[in-house]
Amino acid sequence: MELHKLTLKQAAEFSKANPQNAKELFNALKARAKAIDSKVKAYLSLIEKEPSFETKGILAGVPISIKDNICIEGCETTCGSKILKGYVPPYDATVIKKLKAAGAFIVGKCNMDEFAFGSSNESSAFGPVHNPWDLTRVPGGSSGGSAASVAADEAIAALGSDTGGSIRQPASFCSAVGIKPTYGRVSRYGLVAFGSSLDQIGPITKTVEDAAILLGVIAGHDPHDSTSANLPVPDYTKSLVKDVKGLKIGLPKEYFVKGLDPDVEQAVRKAVKIYQDLGAKIVEISLPHTSYAVHIYYIVATAEASSNLGRFDGVRYGFRAQSSNLSDMYLKTRDEGFGAEAKRRILLGTFVLSAGYYDAYYLRGLKARTLLKQDFEKAFEQVDLILSPTAPTPPFKLGEKVDDPISMYLSDIYTISANLAGVPAISIPGGFSKELLPIGIQLMAKPFAEETIFRAAYAFEQATDFHKKKPTL
Amino acid sequence: MNMYETVIGLETHVQLKTKSKIFCACSTQFGSEPNVNTCPVCLGLPGSLPVMNKEALALAMKVGLALNAQIASRIKFDRKNYFYPDLPKAYQISQYDMPVSSKGELVIEVKSPSGSDVIKKRIGITRAHLEEDAGKLLHEGVKDGSWVDYNRGGVPLLEIVSEPDLRLPEEAYEYLHTLKSILIYLDVSDCNMEEGSLRCDANVSIRKNGDAKLGTKVEIKNLNSFKAVQKALQYEIKRQTELVERGERIRQETRLWDEGKGQTFSMRSKEEAHDYRYFPEPDLVPFTVSREQVETVRKALPELPQARIERFRKTFELSEYDAYALVSDKPLADYFEACVAKGVHPKLVSNWLQTELIGALNERKIDFTKNPVSASDLAALVRLIENGTISGKIAKDVLPLMIDEKKSADMIVKEKNLVQVTDEKLIEKVCDQVIAANPKVVEQYRSGKTQSIGFLVGQVMKEMQGKASPKLANEILARKLG
Repeated sequence: MELHKLTLKQAAEFSKANPQNAKELFNALKARAKAIDSKVKAYLSLIEKEPSFETKGILAGVPISIKDNICIEGCETTCGSKILKGYVPPYDATVIKKLKAAGAFIVGKCNMDEFAFGSSNESSAFGPVHNPWDLTRVPGGSSGGSAASVAADEAIAALGSDTGGSIRQPASFCSAVGIKPTYGRVSRYGLVAFGSSLDQIGPITKTVEDAAILLGVIAGHDPHDSTSANLPVPDYTKSLVKDVKGLKIGLPKEYFVKGLDPDVEQAVRKAVKIYQDLGAKIVEISLPHTSYAVHIYYIVATAEASSNLGRFDGVRYGFRAQSSNLSDMYLKTRDEGFGAEAKRRILLGTFVLSAGYYDAYYLRGLKARTLLKQDFEKAFEQVDLILSPTAPTPPFKLGEKVDDPISMYLSDIYTISANLAGVPAISIPGGFSKELLPIGIQLMAKPFAEETIFRAAYAFEQATDFHKKKPTL
Repeated sequence: MNMYETVIGLETHVQLKTKSKIFCACSTQFGSEPNVNTCPVCLGLPGSLPVMNKEALALAMKVGLALNAQIASRIKFDRKNYFYPDLPKAYQISQYDMPVSSKGELVIEVKSPSGSDVIKKRIGITRAHLEEDAGKLLHEGVKDGSWVDYNRGGVPLLEIVSEPDLRLPEEAYEYLHTLKSILIYLDVSDCNMEEGSLRCDANVSIRKNGDAKLGTKVEIKNLNSFKAVQKALQYEIKRQTELVERGERIRQETRLWDEGKGQTFSMRSKEEAHDYRYFPEPDLVPFTVSREQVETVRKALPELPQARIERFRKTFELSEYDAYALVSDKPLADYFEACVAKGVHPKLVSNWLQTELIGALNERKIDFTKNPVSASDLAALVRLIENGTISGKIAKDVLPLMIDEKKSADMIVKEKNLVQVTDEKLIEKVCDQVIAANPKVVEQYRSGKTQSIGFLVGQVMKEMQGKASPKLANEILARKLG
């Protein structure tokens, strides 16, 4: 048996049997990572110390990889940035506490776009991640390392974070399952903030069932996060029924426009057909403010990011440039510590919040966000789910869009709205392009309707074989 | 006559007396070892998030209500972004456009324009908003750089902003004094300027008498006492007046007060002022405050200084002056009430407390908070005077002994045998001796200079080591001479 190929569900059953199995699994994954990660570069660091192998808890003995913007006590957390090189948090993020309490252990910290700014993983200060399906291509971003670690069987499952598509787009590019929960469903405590009103932590897994199990573990109210919802967490595995009869699925007409890759469009049309065959009702809907989503996002997210990243000033932790006075220290530390994309977003965010520009940009951005949110509220009066591509294209080549930020930003066009509206959204394997590159299908639902998402995603997965395909490495 | 009118507004930062910080569970204890009262939240470590301490809000609401302000129905926080090493997140969580309270007032007592009367003046309170305090830089004893102590970071602050309604440095002083007194009565802050739990910045401008338009304002910082506020304002008014008279323009700027030099110095001009890029704090969800919640806080408000002064005047028949003097110092007023509760005469207690006890403590450089004479001890002393056991004169000797020997008045009177002599025969005998020994004074008295009886009474008291009842001595002498 190739242990690294186990799903989370299988791994939990295997490890639960005895601590020896858990140890074997842990070592198998480490061996796998050591064998292939020089090619994939999914990890920034691997946990060297052997954990104590528990057999209690629903994730007992399950090795999980963690995006490097989630704090683990005693483990370096860099957010893919030079400015945090060497920073070791003194506390566990709430999701890490929950994983540990469920018996899981951490394999390593995953590479990512610097501070989650990017859709290709190329903005990492520590070099890009390579897509396991084609090493010359990007794995998507910003949770590219997390998605690649799962796709390359270097982790049983992973946690990523999603501010504008950073879980779903890499899941799509790597043929994995990735869910961004409803804003407030999972505690953000211990997630290094990018866009505080948009960020959510979520699972990236091999199957829909795995995602349902993992989300069930990490979700729930956290007194340390005022924005976390005080609502009970359902047993998501109960939604895993192969039945979508009567479900109404909306197709936003604004989503099928120029720029959508024909292979992707074809995959989406096929998915629609599958759902129809399974008994779901397909309805064309309208999300009229869709064309503003990217604009709104790059105002709101950068404004929050410019403030959130102020603390990286060289005073207390991380990188500090040699300097002779305070102002010099700030300027040099931030100039040398941040990469180009981080600087671009800090400048953008600082600009939109500046006196004289606030009303024209930030305030209008907030108002437009409300309109976009209302689009979704209206749509969900009509339908249970919205189906769309996750990304407009299959994974692109490394270096292809590095010098074209606008084109890069547009690769999140289908995912950004879910963050702005705060609704849950999943990406599931939806087929392959002519070049055999992964394509993802996105399903969105109204706030806290993750159960509906899991139900439909599971039915699709069980009706297809896409998730069973593995990259050759 | 002065051609210029001064316009002053004050911004007062008050540390609220909560047990834990405003956005985390760390202690607010003053004087701990550096960086002991810190956690990932108040250190602004990556990934940490703030959670509102509702106790801080309750205290802020108390202040708002005591200042007759409107309490916001929705509580929202904003981020104020700027870089400084004492600010670990590079933003301060504050309130920008929706302060917890607004449109209040503070009534102060000022001299009338003629200078002869004391009149009440209403000073508008623009707003009072909640925010977190920053840490503190330590430069002393550090080579090559500075240390930062984040213990104070995240301590709740209420910033109270006045309208530019103050016209004189003395009024600014009185405003601060009155405000502090209210805050102490509300028990929301220690108001200790040395420990930084009360801090103040002043905005000041001048304009020609009769001008409706405000002059260019200057902000003064680093004011470490109420007196410093007054002195810095006096200095600044003089500086601005001289500039204007020389035909120069006043620059809008922030200036620092140098207590040693007694001058203000330019810190930064308006052009160098920060753009704080305020925006709503996404980590804290806005919440509503119901009218019921506000009413609950209102009902629980303690008696405030103005009401207490009125009560002291009416119930205890104290003069306005005495009532004001007692009430302005809450511990003193509480002590006074504790004495009166023992059933002794309020006016007498007020005199003995304010003149004799405070005087004796001051002589010994003992702070009133460390006063060894308990309220019941002082009441017992006053009772001895009231019931004639000792004279007031003897009592003046007893009180210092109560402080120095920490004994009760009764014990001292007994030990030293100071009980007033009311034995008329004994006093008569001494009176006879004094009359015989002072024929000239007796003659003066009899020729109409009746006030010379005072001297004779004094002689009787002296003969009897002060123990004679002065009242009896006076009566007996008058009878014998008359």
